[in-house]
Amino acid sequence: MKNFLLNTVIADITPQVTESLFRTSGKIYVVVGILTIIFSLITIYLIRLDAKITKLETASK
Amino acid sequence: MAKIPYKWYKILAILLLGYTLIYGLLIPLPADVGMLDETIRNLFYHVPMWFGMMIILMIAWIYSILYLQNQNPKHEIIARALTFTGILMGLCGLFTGMFWGYNTWGSPWTNDPKLNGVAVGMTMYAGYWLIQKSVDDGEKKARLASVYNIFIFPLFIALIFVMPKLAKFSIHPGSGESVNFKTYNKTYNMEMVFYPAIIGWTLFFVWIAEIRARYEILKQRKENEKLFA
Repeated sequence: MKNFLLNTVIADITPQVTESLFRTSGKIYVVVGILTIIFSLITIYLIRLDAKITKLETASK
Repeated sequence: MAKIPYKWYKILAILLLGYTLIYGLLIPLPADVGMLDETIRNLFYHVPMWFGMMIILMIAWIYSILYLQNQNPKHEIIARALTFTGILMGLCGLFTGMFWGYNTWGSPWTNDPKLNGVAVGMTMYAGYWLIQKSVDDGEKKARLASVYNIFIFPLFIALIFVMPKLAKFSIHPGSGESVNFKTYNKTYNMEMVFYPAIIGWTLFFVWIAEIRARYEILKQRKENEKLFA
């Protein structure tokens, strides 16, 4: 009986093991934040590059 | 004009990629993904590189055919910009794949049909780059590169897509008898990031190719002005 209970409890928590391991510390949000910063800077860079080329195109027409 | 007259595709690319980068890291995974564990999130970053590369190289292939048909130098410039961007995407896919493979299979390179196909295919595209860099005569170069591109694209697809699918054994997911995306996606929520990721990454690299093509056309125009001045 005791074993059975223990097994059900283990079976109940196992699927979430990786999930909770991944999130318990909450540090993944730091990675998400850093990726967001890098991606926004690359995007801003691309937008500015695009604008510069558009300016050159209109100037040389 | 090489400039794509729609602004919305750039906005769409930024939105979809932002969503992919953030939600791709936070999405709850199916409980059983085998040895891949958390690294299955690479599905949103490594796999779209290859899908996007195939799409971009196909557009480049169409532009190469167009160039041979009507000899419009702009088409050749667009084809070149797209091909180089496609190669860049392929390299991103290759290096991310090697890193992922090193951490999952224990070796950055296995003698897998998919990986060997990519190795041969990338060498063929290195040949394209060589033609672009080594022939001096502009028109001859354009024609040579276009013909070469028309030849290698179908071969490349056969090597990286068709042959691995036909192979008896492959360790790489999605080829041969091995597992594929659907095997692991038991909760059916990974599509919510996977398909936007493919569209987002592809549009983002199309944007880069567009900037490159516009720069090359401007350069060409400057050189022509110098010639006739």
